[in-house]
Amino acid sequence: MTLALYRIDDRLIHGQVVVGWGQPLDVAFIVLVDDEVSSSDWEQDLYRMGVPPQIEVVFASVEQAAALLPGWEADRRVGILLVGDIDTAVALAARVPQVKRFNVGGVHHRAGRTERLRFVYLTDDEAAKLRQLAERGVDVTAQDVPTARAVPVGEFT
Amino acid sequence: MSDLRGVIVSHAAVAQALVSAVTAITGIEGVLTAVSNEGCGTEALGQRLREAVGGGPAVLFVDLPGGSCFTSSARYAKQGGADIAVVTGVNLAMLLDFVFHRDIAPADAARRAVDAGAKAIRVTAS
Repeated sequence: MTLALYRIDDRLIHGQVVVGWGQPLDVAFIVLVDDEVSSSDWEQDLYRMGVPPQIEVVFASVEQAAALLPGWEADRRVGILLVGDIDTAVALAARVPQVKRFNVGGVHHRAGRTERLRFVYLTDDEAAKLRQLAERGVDVTAQDVPTARAVPVGEFT
Repeated sequence: MSDLRGVIVSHAAVAQALVSAVTAITGIEGVLTAVSNEGCGTEALGQRLREAVGGGPAVLFVDLPGGSCFTSSARYAKQGGADIAVVTGVNLAMLLDFVFHRDIAPADAARRAVDAGAKAIRVTAS
């Protein structure tokens, strides 16, 4: 199979990802791309605790992910790739042409962001970056759980 | 009475419902605080935890041993500065025991709560 889901979610590994998406997709591995987490053993232990033992968790920096992504895409198992913010998604897509889609799964409120969807809050700059990503050929939609509608980027940015 | 507090950290409204149930059963109020991760990113959930814990000491009762409630709680316990223990798999039985046994350190209260909670999980004879 392949990476079945590329997801932007500021909670990174959590219930919606492991159970909500992981169960129906029958996920065998989760790739967490985050420069900070990839350099902290303690943070990695925390995130690993939320994942059943049969699911492999891989931690990578953006640079490492850029090199390893073709291998994950060629993996026979089903995987999910996670990033925690829009900048990381943009950085990864810029380095790897194989990145063809991103699911905005959870970007929550903080100063400067306004509500776009119940689970998506963006600054104007972040919204513009998502639109640019889409203009470069990446399919960008917002969808928190598999049973929800995938909202096209034009409807929430 | 001890100033040890319990903070229940959960998805959706589980935490609030548990607080209500403990009060309904014991009449004890003001010991447990509910925190939901509803609509929260990591930063906002950390802020909710800070407000709920105050100066500590506290035991954080988390619904699942993983996920955003857990990672935020574990991170807060590590970085928060106050004397905090974290328990996962919160249930009503452990909370009922906890509210009556708070004259101990958070780590001891956490172990006691785990024992009480585990004893309540069983298959009944049919």
